[in-house]
Amino acid sequence: MLTYIIRRVLYAIPIVIGVNLLTAVLFFYVNTPDDMARKILGEKNVTATQVENWKRDHGYNLPVFFNGAEEGAAKISETIFFRKSLPLLWLDFGRSDRNNIDIGGEIKTRMFPSLAISLPIFTFALVLDLFLAMMLAYYRGTYLDVWGVVLAVVLMSVSTLFYIIGGQYLLGKVLKLFPISGFDTGIDSIKFLVLPVVIGVLSSLGVGVRFYRTVFLEEINRDYVRTARAKGLSEGAVLFKHALKNAMIPVLTNVVVSIPFLFYGSLLMERFFAIPGLGSFTIDAIQAQDFAIVRSMVYLGSILYIIGLILTDISYTLVDPRVRFE
Amino acid sequence: MIYNYRAVISVTLLNSLRKYAGGGTIIKNPSTPLRGVLLGIFLALFSGGCTPNDPYRASEAGANTFYSTFFEPPKHLDPARAYSSEEYDFLAQIYEPPLQYHYLNRPYELIPTTIEEVPSPLYYDKNGKRLAHDSAPGKVARAVYEIKVRKGVLYQDHPAFAKGPDGSALYMNLSPTDLKGIDGVSGFKVKGTRELKSDDYILEIMRLADPEIESPVLPIFEKYILGLKEYSEALRRDLDGIRKERRAKAGVSYNQEADEKENPVVLDYQKHRLPGVERVDEHTFRIILKTKYPQFVYWLAMPFFSPVPEEARLFYKQGLLAKKNITIDRFPVGTGPYMMETFNPNMEIILSRNPNFHYEEYPLAGEAGDADKGLLKDGGGRLPFADKLVFKLEQEVIPRWNKFLQGYYDNSGITSDSFDQAVSFSSAGEAGLTDAMKEKGITLQTSVRPSIYYTGFNMDDDAIGGYSPEKQKLRQAVSIALDFEEYIEIFNNGRGVPAMSPIPPGIFGHAEGKDGINPYVYEWDPSRKKTVRKSIEYARKLMAEAGYPNGRDKNGRPLVLTFDNPWTGADSTPMINWYIKRMRLLGIQLENRTTDYNRFQEKMLKGNFQIFSWGWNADYPDPENFLFLLIGSNSKVRHQGENVSNYSNPEFDRLFKIMENMDNSPAREKVINEMLAIAQKDSPWVWGHHPVAFGLYHRWMSNVKPNSMANNTMKYLRIDPELRKNSRGEWNTPNLWPIAIIAAVLILGSVPAVISVRKKLGRAKRR
Repeated sequence: MLTYIIRRVLYAIPIVIGVNLLTAVLFFYVNTPDDMARKILGEKNVTATQVENWKRDHGYNLPVFFNGAEEGAAKISETIFFRKSLPLLWLDFGRSDRNNIDIGGEIKTRMFPSLAISLPIFTFALVLDLFLAMMLAYYRGTYLDVWGVVLAVVLMSVSTLFYIIGGQYLLGKVLKLFPISGFDTGIDSIKFLVLPVVIGVLSSLGVGVRFYRTVFLEEINRDYVRTARAKGLSEGAVLFKHALKNAMIPVLTNVVVSIPFLFYGSLLMERFFAIPGLGSFTIDAIQAQDFAIVRSMVYLGSILYIIGLILTDISYTLVDPRVRFE
Repeated sequence: MIYNYRAVISVTLLNSLRKYAGGGTIIKNPSTPLRGVLLGIFLALFSGGCTPNDPYRASEAGANTFYSTFFEPPKHLDPARAYSSEEYDFLAQIYEPPLQYHYLNRPYELIPTTIEEVPSPLYYDKNGKRLAHDSAPGKVARAVYEIKVRKGVLYQDHPAFAKGPDGSALYMNLSPTDLKGIDGVSGFKVKGTRELKSDDYILEIMRLADPEIESPVLPIFEKYILGLKEYSEALRRDLDGIRKERRAKAGVSYNQEADEKENPVVLDYQKHRLPGVERVDEHTFRIILKTKYPQFVYWLAMPFFSPVPEEARLFYKQGLLAKKNITIDRFPVGTGPYMMETFNPNMEIILSRNPNFHYEEYPLAGEAGDADKGLLKDGGGRLPFADKLVFKLEQEVIPRWNKFLQGYYDNSGITSDSFDQAVSFSSAGEAGLTDAMKEKGITLQTSVRPSIYYTGFNMDDDAIGGYSPEKQKLRQAVSIALDFEEYIEIFNNGRGVPAMSPIPPGIFGHAEGKDGINPYVYEWDPSRKKTVRKSIEYARKLMAEAGYPNGRDKNGRPLVLTFDNPWTGADSTPMINWYIKRMRLLGIQLENRTTDYNRFQEKMLKGNFQIFSWGWNADYPDPENFLFLLIGSNSKVRHQGENVSNYSNPEFDRLFKIMENMDNSPAREKVINEMLAIAQKDSPWVWGHHPVAFGLYHRWMSNVKPNSMANNTMKYLRIDPELRKNSRGEWNTPNLWPIAIIAAVLILGSVPAVISVRKKLGRAKRR
């Protein structure tokens, strides 16, 4: 397993470099260092000298990828891309271009509020999705299955924004049961989390139930299920003990890869519920032309994605002994 | 074991829920944890008189706290760096520049904040001879402002001032152990204070020149403060030298950003002389300008001139603090009425009363009518009135508006979405509140902002620019066609005043009615006593005189103009279509060229445009701050200034030189009128409109008077916490019956399923 993991990590290196390269190409295609300087220095009274000074102070006065004015390795090392990307390798995200804050510290601070809503949503939604999907599979072909699928299609057709605004209106404004938005620390955070979690679970229900129902229906028609029934096992035991265990591979494919991204948060949920998470961190940075944050978050995203894939592969071996690291 | 653990959790939860519901901690040993949890939730949500949608802690109920919101986190709270209203909302409550605007008086009046009196400049010629106050600007070689700082003004308590038993600074050599568990300045156990001194103001002026701070006003003050340019260049050389040295020492692997994060550069401000500031004594200093600049006093009311103590500068220059994001850019040190208590820009910013705040009273007098509005009831009262200011980050308008209606925010603006819900217009066109708002006792405050949104022409362009009578008529025709009365109605819900010139209402030089009319676009209707836009027929006539009858040139080709703007949002399309439609009335084909903000800025810098949209918000209430947008030496293309139209009229420029150095007087008004007449005839802009701000306040708020120039107005606001508490309770009683219905439907709906499962399981068992 260790060899496998090492191999996968080595494969990841060119991918991560490629992602960084692509990020820099796209970012600097849209925003030149001059644009960044003007945007960050403000919209009033910005002079050419200030722009040049800003670029020099923040290391944006160099060519982006290739420095023809230098000799040897400095042609590559004396560039914006090299200088800004190198510290990322040891997870030194540096400081924001816009307001000089420590990006690593900011990520650490904001990931917990994101987790506070994404983790319960993820957990409750998964349990509920699996349970309801299994129920629909159990009642396959009956009116419950038909109407369940119709309801799932309806739920998945509605935009998340509608759930959020509708949920805030109904539960926060009309029924006045929960704060419409806000956040707090410790146990005081519970009252703020109920509404976004309910909405988050509800909005993901349609997609999850439909997907897992298909997975379970495939399993439920296999020979071992028939054998289990023939042996006199109850339907519950057949479903929840045998079918569920065997359906874990597609479930894990769907679930494990998304676990590392939970701390990334959700842009819409966090904006509407005023949750101080990471959901809008990248988008705000793109709007503010803050390359330091953009490259850090994209880099982190690519690493997390690779970790997610490796974890998924490892989890396969845990649920299915036939899977081997080769 | 597991059972006990759950029991502990439920006790905690239940007790905290009880606290939240207003009760005490009473349950000590529940026999059934689940029942305890359910009971707790029930009590928290549904007990009599409780408001489960209350976003604040129970302990906050009845507190003398002002609750408001902010739309986006402030980028900078360093007074030398911050330059936006979002930042000033916080900064101005903490820092005290030497001057401030009188809260009630209009026109805007400067009064001292931490100094003895508003400074009056003394002028000297190049030989050092004293000149009269009204001397010609050309003769003035030095303008000296002597500022006397009030004695006994103290800074807020701050760890930068903390001293050890030996009198040395306690927190100047911090180690990681010292900072364990500390996330902000409130985490430091020992704090100190000291008296405000003239050195602190001098330091701040030096900080404006610090290349690391990147002050946005440095280019402005380099033109005025004696020696500031040379001083900033010297500091720049020092910084570059230090960096070069560090790089040479570390070798090719040197990472400047990482190094400066660990070991911030501390520039020695005393190494070079700044002749533009002189320390007279501990409480007196002078600012010396190299030219006459009467508007300088207005800058003294802006945070750029706030005092910053050297102790704070050095304290925040410690790498370990910067690594924890504890910087002067986030944790200000001021003498103002409030101090930073919590800085979590992604959630909330809390300012609490500064116990060291010097004595300051609410004004005893204001302008006519203030007494009738109850604005003088607190006259003589000690400021500030509120104990705490809580600002919550709300980036979406819908939740923000709903929480205002529930009474959880004390004030609110009005967005287009909520406009009809809040405001109705009378038959006379007067804005008022809807019945729903009146029922809640909400009040509406409106004020014309000292800003202008205009549509400009590129005066260097061959087609639309130029100064010939034909080109003037062409632009005048376009100005008539772009009906901004209609624009304001459609896109701003009537919240705007059509502009006759660049000078907004409330600023010296603005004239109302017939006196202030732009005669090239409007006519005076004596019967209705109001201005009336000239007709499209008249505009078409002007087009013909300009050489474009029916919008076509002498060869019969249509006049095609381009319109540049950065309006990339989906809701901008109707505005762009409006421009195209209005220009079509003259036969002009308007081609829209919307680009992203960067490309738009680039086009403006290079002069690659014909018609564009732009805006300006005043720095200070003086006509100079608007008319300078049209002087030739401020051209965007030629001088990278703020004259985006690149308008250049020698006579206008000449008059500007005279006007900028005059005090407000009939003579100055006359010069301004001459300038406006020139600009109106040349029409480099379609003057557009001055926005009107609408603000809503709950009935428990008093002393509310919009002041577009002052940013430090929170200290004047008074809150009635008891009335607010009662109103919130009254407006937020939960509705439970729909929950019962939903529960009943779910239970009834699941009955067939339960029966079916039971039957199926029964069948399976029998098999």
